[in-house]
Amino acid sequence: MSQPQTLFDKIWERHIVSQQPEFPTVLYIDLHLVHEVTSPQAFSGLSDRGFAVRRPEKTFATMDHAIPTLPRSLPVEDEQAAAQLERLENNCREHGIEVFGMDSDRNGIVHVIGPELGLTQPGQTIVCGDSHTSTHGAFGSLAFGIGTSEVEHVLATQCLLQSKPKSFEVLFEGTLPEGVTAKDMILAFIQKAGVGGGSGYVIEYRGAAIEQLDMESRMTICNMSIEAGARAGIIAPDEKTFSYLKGRPFAPSGEAWDAAVEDWKTLPTDEGAQFDKSFNIDVSTLEPMITFGTNPGMGMPIIGTIPELNHGLPAEKRDSLEKALKYMGLEAGQPLIDKKVDVIFLGSCTNSRMNDLRAAASILKGKRISPEVRMLVVPGSQTIKRQAEEEGLAKIFMDAGAEWRESGCSMCIAMNGDQLKPGQYCISTSNRNFEGRQGQGGRTFLASPLTAAASALTGKVTDVRNIYASG
Amino acid sequence: MQKFQVLNSPVVAFPINDIDTDQIIPARFLKRIQKDGFGEFLFSDWRYLEDGSPNPDFILNHPQSQGASILLAGDNFGCGSSREHAPWSLMDWGFRAVLSTSFADIFYNNALKIGLLPVQISPENSRKLFQTFQSSPNTTLTINLPLQEWTVSESLSSHFEIHPFAKQCLLDGIDQLTFLLSFEKKIAEYEVSHGS
Repeated sequence: MSQPQTLFDKIWERHIVSQQPEFPTVLYIDLHLVHEVTSPQAFSGLSDRGFAVRRPEKTFATMDHAIPTLPRSLPVEDEQAAAQLERLENNCREHGIEVFGMDSDRNGIVHVIGPELGLTQPGQTIVCGDSHTSTHGAFGSLAFGIGTSEVEHVLATQCLLQSKPKSFEVLFEGTLPEGVTAKDMILAFIQKAGVGGGSGYVIEYRGAAIEQLDMESRMTICNMSIEAGARAGIIAPDEKTFSYLKGRPFAPSGEAWDAAVEDWKTLPTDEGAQFDKSFNIDVSTLEPMITFGTNPGMGMPIIGTIPELNHGLPAEKRDSLEKALKYMGLEAGQPLIDKKVDVIFLGSCTNSRMNDLRAAASILKGKRISPEVRMLVVPGSQTIKRQAEEEGLAKIFMDAGAEWRESGCSMCIAMNGDQLKPGQYCISTSNRNFEGRQGQGGRTFLASPLTAAASALTGKVTDVRNIYASG
Repeated sequence: MQKFQVLNSPVVAFPINDIDTDQIIPARFLKRIQKDGFGEFLFSDWRYLEDGSPNPDFILNHPQSQGASILLAGDNFGCGSSREHAPWSLMDWGFRAVLSTSFADIFYNNALKIGLLPVQISPENSRKLFQTFQSSPNTTLTINLPLQEWTVSESLSSHFEIHPFAKQCLLDGIDQLTFLLSFEKKIAEYEVSHGS
């Protein structure tokens, strides 16, 4: 009788090409996702050595990081970005790789379109030159970010050299209170575990509160695994997973579908399987979260106060906090509620899917955002954009005074002109609040779509539960 | 990849924790399609003033940092993005090794791939090293990769861990892709047996 295995163990074992004690494991990669920013030097490296892409049919590309979210009919003004996009187009054509470019109706943020197109499937190994590749783990796949050298390795061999990370079980139990979302769950976890808490681990998220979540919420959770330092985040596939994937363009169909589902049902972690470490969170105690500092771990409940500098913090944590507060223009011990903000960004691979837009629209419907704020709503893909327009969500956003944009990474990484001015405060549904992330001198508060929408109405940091209470 | 054997160098002592990849190389510089020339943009938002002139308070701009090839940084170095542009910019500036109590996983792997040696040190040694380099900036540190040892003096020295395979690649200057390609037969066998 073999040892009980975790979901991670099972996927790892299935993909071993070669395993010898003195070398890292050679792991086969089922799906390689590519975008314009981390691939050019990988393709150049490949051509310099005269290699072809080994499995172009397992490789899919999109344009997302540096593309403008202005109408697609307009030329890309940034010369460097235009050259980079053209380079991706050429590389894909040369190697026979399907690319969902700016004029494709399937274009979107890489971690939004993978699942949307049914490319992402349970039991796979999935890589991309982007740290938020962990998103795809929501489907019970082992998905992680890689650097450009590794992009080149996968293009050439469809394999990677990997040492097996340890496993970390994060149990979310209880029932989510109203106004509290998956985004708040993951921000709470990162605050407790710290930005290095998952380093060296693949996290499996389990428990009743995870099982209750729909697929989009599971993607939000897995997306931010990297912010806790984890290699990857994974959630066991179940009926919700199968239901989401059925009928999608690249998902199996007919008999192949039935066979795939039977196989996927064998993936979840076995009873009695061991994890290297474990952590529990009772979600019934959670509140909407907001970050106040310059890494995703510097967060608190929205009605909380920023920690005091001298409350038993070790010296180096005190220094980091002091530096962060100085950058953010905030004071220790200060609440954030009612803090005036300048920009609201609803978008990114963390929160730009249909339910995120629906949640925000439910708050903004029939209302106007504060005249003191600028709100950008950036759907995660062209498919989402079309669906949101059909459902009337786009109209709600525009009638409210928000800007309704084309899809792309946009203000999450601020490579395309969508960015903060120095000193501006932004409530953002994205995943990083590092100094200058959303524009030099820009100050980011990470939060959920509900918090973003509620704050857009008032122009200040707002607890969405008050909006519910006042009706 | 350039071989790494023994390195003796002055050290840039930068006592900031959680230095993320957006600080190491801001995203706006990632639109380049070349692999070289990123050293100019290393720590750009800290290194240059608004008018583009060097920030005299930033450690990389101090005279004693010039010619240093070792960076001593605070905890959790390289957290954030998977951008390999981060180790590229460090190496292009002139660094060949980074010392920290902890490295983000992706950064650590990316660094090894290009020949930038990440050396993990204990919190106690981190404190001692910062004290040493901040009080005597001209002190040098030696990293001996074959012996897996770093040394400042007889009383300040330690062993460090590195995966034997990564170590051999650095010692021999071997690019890991060459090694991966040697598995062609096994990769083909895997594909056949998995109906790929």
